[in-house]
Amino acid sequence: MFTTKITRLMLAAGFAMTALALPLAQAQTAKPAELKIGITTFTSGPASVFGVPAKQAAEIYLEDLNAAGGINGVKVVPTFVDEGVGGDKLLSEYRRVVQEQGVKVMLGSISSGSCNIVAPVAEDLKVLNILWDCGTEKVLEERRYRYVVRTQANATTEMVASVLYLLRQKPNFKTIAVVNQDYAWGRDSWELFSHTLKMLKPDVKVVAELFPKFGASDFSTEISRLQALRPDVILSTSWGGDLDTFVRQSAQRGLIKNSLFVLPLAESSLERLGTTLPDGVIVGARGDHYFLHPELKDDPKLKNFVQKFKAKTGAYPIYSVYHMIQALDGMVAGYDKAIKANKGQWPSTEQVADAMHGLNFRGLTREVKIRADGQGLEDQLLGTTRKTAAYPFPVLDKIEIYPAEMAIAPVGQKSVDWVKTIKPELLRDPRIKTFPPIAN
Amino acid sequence: MNQELFLLAMLDGLSYAALLFLVALGMTLVFGVMRILNMAHGSMYAFGGYFAATLGMWAVAAKFSPAWSFVWLLVAALVVGAVMGAVMEIFLLRRIYHKEQILQLLVTFAAFMIFEDLQRLIWGSQPYFVSNIVNYLGVAEVLGITYTRYQLMVLPGVALVVFFGLRHFLKSSSTGRQIVAVAHNREVAMAMGIDARRICLLTFVVGSMLGALGGALASPTTSLVPGIGADMIVLSFAVVATAGLGQIEGTLITAILIGLTRSFAVYLQPESEVLVPYLIMVLVLLFRPQGLFSVAQARRV
Repeated sequence: MFTTKITRLMLAAGFAMTALALPLAQAQTAKPAELKIGITTFTSGPASVFGVPAKQAAEIYLEDLNAAGGINGVKVVPTFVDEGVGGDKLLSEYRRVVQEQGVKVMLGSISSGSCNIVAPVAEDLKVLNILWDCGTEKVLEERRYRYVVRTQANATTEMVASVLYLLRQKPNFKTIAVVNQDYAWGRDSWELFSHTLKMLKPDVKVVAELFPKFGASDFSTEISRLQALRPDVILSTSWGGDLDTFVRQSAQRGLIKNSLFVLPLAESSLERLGTTLPDGVIVGARGDHYFLHPELKDDPKLKNFVQKFKAKTGAYPIYSVYHMIQALDGMVAGYDKAIKANKGQWPSTEQVADAMHGLNFRGLTREVKIRADGQGLEDQLLGTTRKTAAYPFPVLDKIEIYPAEMAIAPVGQKSVDWVKTIKPELLRDPRIKTFPPIAN
Repeated sequence: MNQELFLLAMLDGLSYAALLFLVALGMTLVFGVMRILNMAHGSMYAFGGYFAATLGMWAVAAKFSPAWSFVWLLVAALVVGAVMGAVMEIFLLRRIYHKEQILQLLVTFAAFMIFEDLQRLIWGSQPYFVSNIVNYLGVAEVLGITYTRYQLMVLPGVALVVFFGLRHFLKSSSTGRQIVAVAHNREVAMAMGIDARRICLLTFVVGSMLGALGGALASPTTSLVPGIGADMIVLSFAVVATAGLGQIEGTLITAILIGLTRSFAVYLQPESEVLVPYLIMVLVLLFRPQGLFSVAQARRV
């Protein structure tokens, strides 16, 4: 009884405050001189392999956007916040740019840990937060947000698609080992992957679960052990320097030739690894991002951007770059939609946040839809490495694209429960799109 | 765990211990002589590695044979150690030898952070990897497991050469004995006419070179990324503290101990791999706070 009384009191107070806040919110909606946005990204630490290219992408994108008049005549001005400083510091920086600099939209973050931290704060601060790169599915499954949306897939979609591709390419393997980084992503992605695998192929035996330290520089013991175990398949969802080192040491010692490697994040290492990666390795892209996207490689938007990015940075875009552009395109599309709904007037943050839910937009690759729970539906592209004469690093062959709808928990359901309901029929789902192998 | 796996775990552990030993040796040498715990030692490791990779890439572009890589690795370590060590000793450490230890720790930590940013300015944030020497040396089969000859022979080989070389240098050469004298008691050594300033500079440069050599030798086997120095400093500190600060033989034994336990952990209890070095450190320090190999200090006054 006591608690209900308190709840009622709080509800009443809440109503009173909303009523008070309403006129303020409307006063805010005059068209601003510029739209300030904040972008959290890694510019220090190991994850700067994603953060720095993504920042460069944002700069290219915003330069072009502002040169073309910005959003409805309003220029977009970014402030970058380094995620590498750690959770507490990130949070105080986050609050600072929102409360002191008047930032209206935050793009955060790369790390799942950061996303879990900033999402509730964004809701409190009533600032639109676009989860632009992190993978954790939990952030939007454990709580409903008004101000937090995601313009890309979550780990569930990525891992389910990876299992599907593996089983469609190599249906008859018996043993698997995993070598993931020892932190949230390494653990959570393996949980999703292994549960999905168990539903689709119950007879597979997991022979080793290795979680070397995040940022480990030496995997020789792990590699010796894997050579002794001889698993048919070795999965690693690692990324950055960890993945590069693991792949190189495995290649140096021949492990990569004896087991089928499945590397769902290796699109971001392809160019760096060059010819170290042999043919026949399964590679994912955390989305349908690929500069040789079989449907869109000649599409002017993708093609022009890839050229521009390559000219500026000397490298082909990697998935964090696509995710950044996708988030910015999503934001612009959300504003356009809200402005239209507001009869051409500049919208309030609430109007934009509401417009983001149910939004359809396109970044550089296939169209993305944002669901009612704020989760993005982003299709997944996987392929198998193959060396060609055209590039000094392997390209992806035998590409398949998995629509996000078939590989995601329905709104309101938790992924860990949903993956346990997956049926083997999913492997033959007609929505999967396969592309012919590269001709010689 | 059967006998074969036991042997395999030993091999993995030893090659890892070799790198760990080189880095920890530089740190313990500097502490032994100057009583300064140099947090920037990790930067020597990182810079040594990055510089070796840069030289290696030039060499590849200039079409040198990979056999020359040994020279590049060594040159990288010597140059980085000499330049960074001398700059740090002359401009920074010389001013703080007589200050409190906590201040010394903070100053070297600040230097570490500056170096870390400098490293990002020079080499950026993308991982570096130059490994032609490893591919050039090829692989060897041990009990059906493929090892690279580099990790099997080069790493432990260099570590042993450095260990015996340094021991010989400290015991038999005049400069080496002066270093030992300063380590033992700076004031008395100075009273005997030893130029302690010169000895300190020399020791610090040599210590830095050892750290850089660790990085240079690691560079063909691992990706160089921002933050690689920080990881190494923590682990080599665990080695140095377990061995007892300033103990050269102790550092070798402790490095092997930690390398082996770590690789056995991967076979037997992979979950505990990260924990093992620190567990050993805590256990040792609980019973022997001065470290495994420290002898009782002679009273100075």
